[in-house]
Amino acid sequence: MSAALPVLLAVPAAGAGLLALAPVSDRIARVVGVATTSAALLVSVVLAARFDYGNGARLQHVVDASWLPALDVRFHLGVDGISLPLVLLTTLLTLLCAIHTVGSTPEPGRPRQLLALMLLLEVGVLGTFLAADLIVFFVFFEIVLIPMYFLINIWGGPGRRVAAVKFILYTLLGSALMLVGFLVIYSQAGTFDMVRLGHEHGGHISAGVQLLAFVLLMLGFGIKSPMWPLHTWLPDAHTEAPTVGSVLLAGVLLKMGTYGLIRIAVDEVPDGARRAAPALAILAVIGIGYAALACLGQRDLKRLIAFSSVGHMGFVLLGIATLTPIGLQAALIGNVAHGVITGLLFFLAGAVKERFHTSDLDELGGGLLAKLPMTGGVVLFAAIASLGLPGLAGFWGEMLAMLGAYSPGGGSSRPLFLTLMALAGVGTVLTAVYFLAMLRRVDFGLVADRWRETAVHDVAVADVVAWTPLVVLAVAIGVWPRIVLAVGESAVSGLLR
Amino acid sequence: MRLIQSIDYAAISPPVIVASTGVVVLVADLFVGRAARRAVAFVLSLVGTLMALGAAAWLARTSSRHTLCLPDGCSYVADDFAMFFQLLFLSVLVVVLLLSVAGVVQDRMPPGEYHALLLWSVSGMLVLSAARDLLSLLVALEVVSLPAFVLVGLRRDDARSAEAALKFFLFSVVSTALTAYGIALLYGATGHITLSGIADALARQHAHPGAMSAMAAAAVVLVVVGFAFKVSAVPFHFWTPDTYEGAPVAIAAFLSVASKAAGFAGLLILLLQGFRGYADVWGPVVAVIAAVTMTVGNLVALRQWHLVRLLAWSTVAQAGYLLMPLGVAATAGGRSDHELHLAAQATLTYLAVYAAMNLGAFACVAAIGRRFPRLAIDDVRGLARSSPLVAGAFALFLTALAGLPPGVAGLFAKVVVLRAAVHGHVTWLAVVAAVNTVIGLAYYLRVAAVMFSDADGATVTATVDEVASRRRHVTTSAGIALAAAITVLLSVYPQPILDWASHAATLAVAR
Repeated sequence: MSAALPVLLAVPAAGAGLLALAPVSDRIARVVGVATTSAALLVSVVLAARFDYGNGARLQHVVDASWLPALDVRFHLGVDGISLPLVLLTTLLTLLCAIHTVGSTPEPGRPRQLLALMLLLEVGVLGTFLAADLIVFFVFFEIVLIPMYFLINIWGGPGRRVAAVKFILYTLLGSALMLVGFLVIYSQAGTFDMVRLGHEHGGHISAGVQLLAFVLLMLGFGIKSPMWPLHTWLPDAHTEAPTVGSVLLAGVLLKMGTYGLIRIAVDEVPDGARRAAPALAILAVIGIGYAALACLGQRDLKRLIAFSSVGHMGFVLLGIATLTPIGLQAALIGNVAHGVITGLLFFLAGAVKERFHTSDLDELGGGLLAKLPMTGGVVLFAAIASLGLPGLAGFWGEMLAMLGAYSPGGGSSRPLFLTLMALAGVGTVLTAVYFLAMLRRVDFGLVADRWRETAVHDVAVADVVAWTPLVVLAVAIGVWPRIVLAVGESAVSGLLR
Repeated sequence: MRLIQSIDYAAISPPVIVASTGVVVLVADLFVGRAARRAVAFVLSLVGTLMALGAAAWLARTSSRHTLCLPDGCSYVADDFAMFFQLLFLSVLVVVLLLSVAGVVQDRMPPGEYHALLLWSVSGMLVLSAARDLLSLLVALEVVSLPAFVLVGLRRDDARSAEAALKFFLFSVVSTALTAYGIALLYGATGHITLSGIADALARQHAHPGAMSAMAAAAVVLVVVGFAFKVSAVPFHFWTPDTYEGAPVAIAAFLSVASKAAGFAGLLILLLQGFRGYADVWGPVVAVIAAVTMTVGNLVALRQWHLVRLLAWSTVAQAGYLLMPLGVAATAGGRSDHELHLAAQATLTYLAVYAAMNLGAFACVAAIGRRFPRLAIDDVRGLARSSPLVAGAFALFLTALAGLPPGVAGLFAKVVVLRAAVHGHVTWLAVVAAVNTVIGLAYYLRVAAVMFSDADGATVTATVDEVASRRRHVTTSAGIALAAAITVLLSVYPQPILDWASHAATLAVAR
């Protein structure tokens, strides 16, 4: 029994409660927001420092308390090699978002409420990554919906109402199906405990039921991930959400889907996973290609980044579908890299939109690098990282996913996966094409006439503080991917035994 | 046979206390001055209810008591099941009494009659939950309904109130007639009126089908239909929105929670104890009704702009979730003792949670209605700014009804009923319910979002009589606070209610 995980959840929860109830001034609210998220990051770093990396497959810092015996629900939390990087990513990105809020609060202001919702969101996401009981997982998974709904609905762009409703209805449909999936698992295995379910590895669940459960979970998590064709809520939500909303949505919320797919669907109904893997892989690769083509046609910077997310998460899903250690590792590092790089891209898109009051590519009309050298430079860096240049973080997830597809596990058809690998390869080329096209239209060239006379400030202090860690991480993971891969290594092989 | 029975007065004390309080209230009303009438009626009713609550709590702690027994079974049984419902009804009555204080003034209703009728209706519910023979059930059902007709029509200067009462009356009379007809057929087919006697006779008949078994099957369905009116299950729900809209808000709350719970008490007793042998007949009927009820209720609720009508359709949808666990009897695997026990536990748990969250939602509507008598959804725009506590509580109840955090109690309740359905192999019903949760969310959240969005200014000032409205009403606030406290408690630690529902649900197993 260790107090670390309850503390990790209690810190942002206390901050959220304080900000929600105490009518403090905006300035103090920002201080509280940054202080709380820093404290949460600190706790998670301590957690990582005391993590036993030699034993990454085992759940550590476990809390296991009786909660609702009548429902067989235990308040069971723990962290292992799969969840640890995501926990760190969450606490880091939330801190950066809080810092961003200090620099600029989106319309209509009210930073106290904004930060309270962000902290509540952090509680939900962390709880999802830490849960070791299906119902606890579900409760935390649901907690995330409401704050994100209000983030979009109150602080979003002109089409925010529709986008917010679309977001919440879509994702709730996903979680409702997921809950039925959990109950199907429970009806045969007789427990909600994820450790025990993982240990039994589907042993007590008949093949047909496993397939049913996996399909329900695949739909549920697929909506969150998002998986083509269930992605249609995402471009709207991203386009309308305020910067911090987009960053958290791309950076951590989407990961809840892929994390759940690995942690619950692959681990607990492995037989269903084996049978459904080809379908998952096909949908993933369609998503990659579809997203790349959609990106080529985009006129809006935020929408383009949103669609690129669909493509990147397609690689993550392909990695999962290979059911190989390499593929799952690809999914893990792809998750982290996407969180870092796309988080950065959304910070940048927000910065551009804030300065030029538009994110339309034509209206921006080029010359960002000349007009705002610092911002333009980071945009260049982030776009190149996102298109998967070797040496930067985005590369590994795509490369390893394709490597995994080269020799798929779980008895999947090799020719199918080879074809999919080739198609995914075409997808990477298209990804490069649209990112370079975006750079050509926004970053390079001469400053558009309409902006020549306008005075626009380049980076502010808060921007530097918010962007630097992400730039550093994108390089660090790119150069030395083992910092992520080593953490999950033993845990991943445990999943596929 | 002895004609004069000894009666265990301790066992029947809760309904007796409530019914006699009703008489006392009515008589006292004659002797006090006009000014004090409302206060006297309220205080006397509250004291009587709390006494009954004390008696019921004491009975719930002791072992079950049987009284008014015949050789083949007892008519009145104060067991765990009965006490679960009696405590539920009496707790609901406390909140409804709190809400009534403002309503009696606002709608200019006669306080003595109002309180007496309310108490008598509840005394019928208390008997209903403990009744174990068909005649007692029928009489209790009538005692529940008759005062309710008058209560619905008590807003005498509003024509909608009279229309509501008439609609409610006609629908209810038809349903009771069907039930009575079903009871007559059952008596003819089995020769028994006690449920235990009927259960044995039906089990024998079902095992050896004869001329009587078709009649018994028809009778079972008729009786179920009668109660389906009471719980406003589709297609017997048409009275619900009009009646709720026309009735005083406190009475609408009372109907949507207490009256519906009474219907479920009757359904559970009949289906699980009396008609257990015919589970293969009523199982599919209930499963289909549940699926249709939740779908229709949710879809129609999407189009409502009146808060009470919205909640009315939401209660129709909620009736579907409440019926869903009983649908497990549609499959052979779902008819075992264990699955039916799980199903009964799920319905009971959901009822308890539903009582808290739905009562809370109506209490908030009552509070809002003091400011915006039109009760349109658009009126509550910006409510989070002008009265944050009411808006916060309303949001809590709405999310709970939708089954989302922060209303975790509603989420647990959904998990419980879905678990029962999946366990009983009616996965299709669980999937229908899962999709329905999403539809439900669309309208619950719309109201919450309107409250938290900024007011346009014009709408607020135009409709508000600032002086009268700004004054918070103490008892209404107390009602909201009570419901909110219970909802929060059930969100954090629902274990006691689950345990208790599990005890009460043993009626599904034991004879």
